[in-house]
Amino acid sequence: MIAFAHKPGLVAYLTCGDPDLQSSREIALALIDAGADVIELGVPFSDPVADGPVIQRASERALRAEVSLTQVIGVGAEIRKARPKTGLIIFTYINPVLRLGLDGFAKRLADAGIDGALVTDLIVEEAGEYISLMRSRELATVFLAAPTSTDDRLRRIAEASRGFVYAVSRTGITGEQKQLAGDAAELVRRVRRFTSLPVAVGFGVSNAEQFQAVGEFADAAVIGSAIVALVEKDGRNAAKAVEEFVRALRRQQVRANSIS
Amino acid sequence: MKETQAQSVPFVSKCGRFGPYGGRYVPETLMAALEELEAAYREAKEDTAFQRELDGLLHQYAGRPTPLSLASRLTEKLGGARIYLKREDLLHTGAHKINNCLGQGLLARRMGKRRIIAETGAGQHGVATATVCALLGFDCVVYMGSEDMRRQELNVFRMRLLGSEVRAVNSGSRTLKDAINEAMRDWVTNVRTTHYLLGSVLGAHPYPEMVRDFHRCIGREAREQILAQGGRLPDAVIACVGGGSNAMGAFYEFIPDKQVALIGVEAGGRSSELGQHAARFRGGSPGVLQGTYSYVLQDQSGQIATTHSVSAGLDYPSIGPEHAALHDAGRAEYVAASDSEALDACVMLARTEGIVPALESSHAVAECIRRAPQMKKEQIVIVNISGRGDKDMGILTRELKL
Repeated sequence: MIAFAHKPGLVAYLTCGDPDLQSSREIALALIDAGADVIELGVPFSDPVADGPVIQRASERALRAEVSLTQVIGVGAEIRKARPKTGLIIFTYINPVLRLGLDGFAKRLADAGIDGALVTDLIVEEAGEYISLMRSRELATVFLAAPTSTDDRLRRIAEASRGFVYAVSRTGITGEQKQLAGDAAELVRRVRRFTSLPVAVGFGVSNAEQFQAVGEFADAAVIGSAIVALVEKDGRNAAKAVEEFVRALRRQQVRANSIS
Repeated sequence: MKETQAQSVPFVSKCGRFGPYGGRYVPETLMAALEELEAAYREAKEDTAFQRELDGLLHQYAGRPTPLSLASRLTEKLGGARIYLKREDLLHTGAHKINNCLGQGLLARRMGKRRIIAETGAGQHGVATATVCALLGFDCVVYMGSEDMRRQELNVFRMRLLGSEVRAVNSGSRTLKDAINEAMRDWVTNVRTTHYLLGSVLGAHPYPEMVRDFHRCIGREAREQILAQGGRLPDAVIACVGGGSNAMGAFYEFIPDKQVALIGVEAGGRSSELGQHAARFRGGSPGVLQGTYSYVLQDQSGQIATTHSVSAGLDYPSIGPEHAALHDAGRAEYVAASDSEALDACVMLARTEGIVPALESSHAVAECIRRAPQMKKEQIVIVNISGRGDKDMGILTRELKL
């Protein structure tokens, strides 16, 4: 289930099937055991317009192995069996979902014990049928809120979201950056005016310092490209490096908390 | 309407829909810009000063109206319907693309955006964008697949000569689709200062509608010209379809004239095997690519297929959503011409009429060559020559070995 036991919460993204499905399962379990609250299982797509080079390359590697949405949901089911309580969501572009059919998609998620989904290129106006099918199976619908979203849009995004709201830290694509944009804190404040759901901040959060900084104003941080970059480096042996990376985030967090 | 393969279409808003097709499938970050663009476009459409300035540029800068030429020797050779050519190839920069670029350029200025980005396949839209940016004093970055840069190198140089930056895209198939991905990534990053000058009737609403409107002049002129020159409406209008902007422009004014057949010609490439062509209505199925719901060449799990065409401008796995609606409604018919048919058509038009069409437009000529002989002599066909073949001399030299 989607809950943030830690403060701040950690949403960890990985591209499933990079380098293979078995490794993705191990990496996800390592992330959970090191302290991730929610796992985003990324579905590789041929045309990832919202993603930067790191996740683009991961998608290409996964697609060379012909990894499909159905297989990613299968990995989700395995993770669910091994770790009954962790939040699990599918992170995907809309086209593979349409190919499966919205109803089939919702049914498979529910059968697999996955908590919900975030569809990157599905805005609230186009999501009516998706939302009602997901609701009918008690699945969470996470939507993106952007610094460019008007208040009117933020209100609609907040109403349509379940589980948490994903606040995009800056205009741009996924990927690491040196500094966290000032946009993020302001956006979280604006989102909170419309909802009591947890707000997670993503896009460009890649190290302990940024993770802590996000913790100051948001319920959780999403870390994606930094994890995927470790997988790119270590391939099938990446679970260890990924686990160590998350433990280090948490250790620094404890230190910072005890200092203050 | 024909049954489509999609199991469900996730829409509530009617906004920007052509039947079930179209819509807006973009990251949330772009929504503010799309709403701003839509509002600016609605205002400009009603603003007579804007329309007067655009008409002035189309007339005095781009060279509108373009002629409708009777192709006497081609007609005689084929021995069937009388063939007229709508001469978009005579426009400034060599293709119909300039119509849309002037319109969107003026809109960008109206919205206070002075940085323009664009994608290009054959380079014709890139050149037209670079031209308008030079004319209006904007900064311009054009994304182009490295495979397309190789096969259309003359146009790469033209864009640079005009002061634009051309950025090579090395992902995917290194063609038009990948250039659009990269342009969208730039836009989502620089959305506050940048206008994305999309070059076809593709993408999220309002692009398909807006780009069509900027090209409506093609069909409007052709309709008046054929009534004046031929004394009646044509029996068929033929245009090539990549994204489908020249075809939408040519077709639109004729849609209410039910007796006029509208024929779109897709790229048949090397064969009908997936990956070897770009004929979306021959093997494609409804799906979402780059912001819009339309026919898409894709595999069983919804991954977008690679495509092939000898003409870079038709080498794209999706098609404008309004074409999808015209197709399903049976109002327009879509056929395919192969690489070799297009090359043969290019040669035939060159040698009968002294007109070298772009390889894209050659696909429309190829369908005319197939169809005209089966029609009666009193029937009339209009072929939209969307661009000229100068840019294709490299490919033509290699392929034709004259």
